[in-house]
Amino acid sequence: MTTLLYDGSFDGLFTAIFEVFEYRYKDVEITSRERFHQENIFAEIHEVITQTEKSERVLNKLEQNIGKQGIYQLLKVFLSEDPDLENLILSAVRQSVKNPENNILENFADNDVLKISKICKSVNRERHRMTAFVRFEKMRDGVFFSKIDPDFNVLPLIRKHFHDRYQDQKWMIYDLRRNYGLLYDLNDCEFFYPDEKIILHNYQQKFHDEENNYQILWQRYFTKTNIVERKNMKLHIQHVPKRYWKYLTEKW
Amino acid sequence: MNFDRLKEKLEILADAAKYDVSCSSSGGTRKNKKGALGDSSASGICHTYTEDGRCVSLLKVLLTNHCIYDCAYCVSRSSNDIKRAAFTVEEVVDLTINFYRRNYIEGLFISSGIFKNADTTMERLVRVAKKLRLEENFNGYIHLKSIPGASDDLMQEAALYADRLSVNIEIPTESGLKLLAPEKNRQDMISPMRYIQKGIIQYKDEKKILKKVPKFAPAGQSTQMIVGATNENDLQIIKVADHFYKNFNLKRVYYSGYVPVLEDQRLPSLTTEVPMLRENRLYQSDWLMRFYGFKAEEILDPNVPFLDLEMDPKLSWALRNLDQFPVNLQTAEYRTILRIPGIGVKTAQKIVSARRFQILTMDHLKKLGAAVNRAKYFIDFNAGNAYLKYLTDKNFRKLLIGGSSSKFHNQFSQQLTLF
Ligand code: SF4
Repeated sequence: MTTLLYDGSFDGLFTAIFEVFEYRYKDVEITSRERFHQENIFAEIHEVITQTEKSERVLNKLEQNIGKQGIYQLLKVFLSEDPDLENLILSAVRQSVKNPENNILENFADNDVLKISKICKSVNRERHRMTAFVRFEKMRDGVFFSKIDPDFNVLPLIRKHFHDRYQDQKWMIYDLRRNYGLLYDLNDCEFFYPDEKIILHNYQQKFHDEENNYQILWQRYFTKTNIVERKNMKLHIQHVPKRYWKYLTEKW
Repeated sequence: MNFDRLKEKLEILADAAKYDVSCSSSGGTRKNKKGALGDSSASGICHTYTEDGRCVSLLKVLLTNHCIYDCAYCVSRSSNDIKRAAFTVEEVVDLTINFYRRNYIEGLFISSGIFKNADTTMERLVRVAKKLRLEENFNGYIHLKSIPGASDDLMQEAALYADRLSVNIEIPTESGLKLLAPEKNRQDMISPMRYIQKGIIQYKDEKKILKKVPKFAPAGQSTQMIVGATNENDLQIIKVADHFYKNFNLKRVYYSGYVPVLEDQRLPSLTTEVPMLRENRLYQSDWLMRFYGFKAEEILDPNVPFLDLEMDPKLSWALRNLDQFPVNLQTAEYRTILRIPGIGVKTAQKIVSARRFQILTMDHLKKLGAAVNRAKYFIDFNAGNAYLKYLTDKNFRKLLIGGSSSKFHNQFSQQLTLF
């Protein structure tokens, strides 16, 4: 058994996959350095140094077999932070190399492919929910700020959506759990990685003067548009799971 | 802007608009122009859900609830003693933009009580849309509810700025409409729809020849029918829907279970329950027509013109057409697989892809996301299927009802759960 340790990045993972083929490893597992705990003391450790040329060679080859759409699916598996993500992606690459004629990601009867498709479904759902549940709050400096805490690391997947939508206002979306965010300054839309966690207390004191008014208007709207005679909390919670409530303005 | 007054208006005018079920923002494609606000994507986004479980994707308000008409089913009717209010054009625009900037909504759905005559009202609605587009550079979604009887010129202008237009026909039958809204007539509702439909067709033709034609109601038209305010049957309702889909290229027909809020001899009493299950079955039938290739005549039996409340319309169709089953998963055409109870569009697609790689079994079917508890009786696998023996059983119907669970099950059989 060989354990490949990589730096936790997408390119790092594909460098590792390249090396699995390069060194013809058969019995192998890939783990990020951060998550690695040596359990199997007989495992041989292979340290991977991220090299974009290697990862691009795998990705290009893969794209011929499973298309851009397929790569995008593997990216979603990567962003899912699933404990088994490296080995699922490796399995997909191996199958695809063996079977280049077909898009192996459509072979839903295979257990790994099925798991990939399930993970993609969950990540898609969360991605979609984030496009819906992000709530911007206008700050004194005119920036529209939003805090999120998604179960999967979906920020890279919603960048285009928000960039397309809000071009004439400055905005920021900050992932509390992973401590990084997206910032649009009317020109560029880039990720930022603060050295320390952003401290958010006294946060509401930095609201723009009009912010509270619009929040109240939205809350009143939310209440008034409900039809009491049809109340169905089970359905409500199914659509808006409770874990999102603390970030939703209408759930004050 | 006077915040307290605005809040009060919003409360009144959102409350009065809430019975309109159309809320979707799908079907619009209005790409953002560089540096502007908003972008509508085809699939639409529900930003939140009310406590009754309906999606909120648009700011849905009336421009005013003053109305000169007196339709029995409507809270805004002139004889109803309620607080009245009216937004200014600027107020609606300001709310829309500020809600949109905070990512609360996909856009605006605005309708109105008729406050002087059809054209004055329609003109004011158009002004809201025009201001949003031209002055605020807004590319989010706009749905205008057209006023029955509005002139063609105004409809033409509305279609230039709105993504979707709708005229609610409200009551499915003409006799029902006569009874509940004697001042309205069906023709006034249909003629703006006809005008828009012609415009959409003309737009498509011009688009083929010219590159740059201004968008014309790009998300099409929709309408709404209230269910259960008068005594029409489901077959009549489905037929009306089918007629509108076919003859007016409607994008959506919405069904709204009547919520009794007004005391009136012509209406069901205030203690009548909202017909939620019936409404749900109508939506299921509507899906069968739009995505599963079913014809209206197939969904209901003229001898029994009401939808089966105990089972969904696809299952109920299958039971009436047992000779079409079992279906072989390995060889059947896609559209035949779609007709198997318990198999949806996505699962059917997955089946067709996966079977190229191997021979499918019941186990695969479960993994692919089928509702196997229903589907298992209707499918033939290459390796055979022990459940097929029930297909000819005379108690098959009972067996199916026992094995399927509906989200309405509890509400539907509250009595039974006691035992
Ligand atoms: S015309 Fe419209 S707003 Fe006026 S009473 Fe009739 S349904 Fe209500």
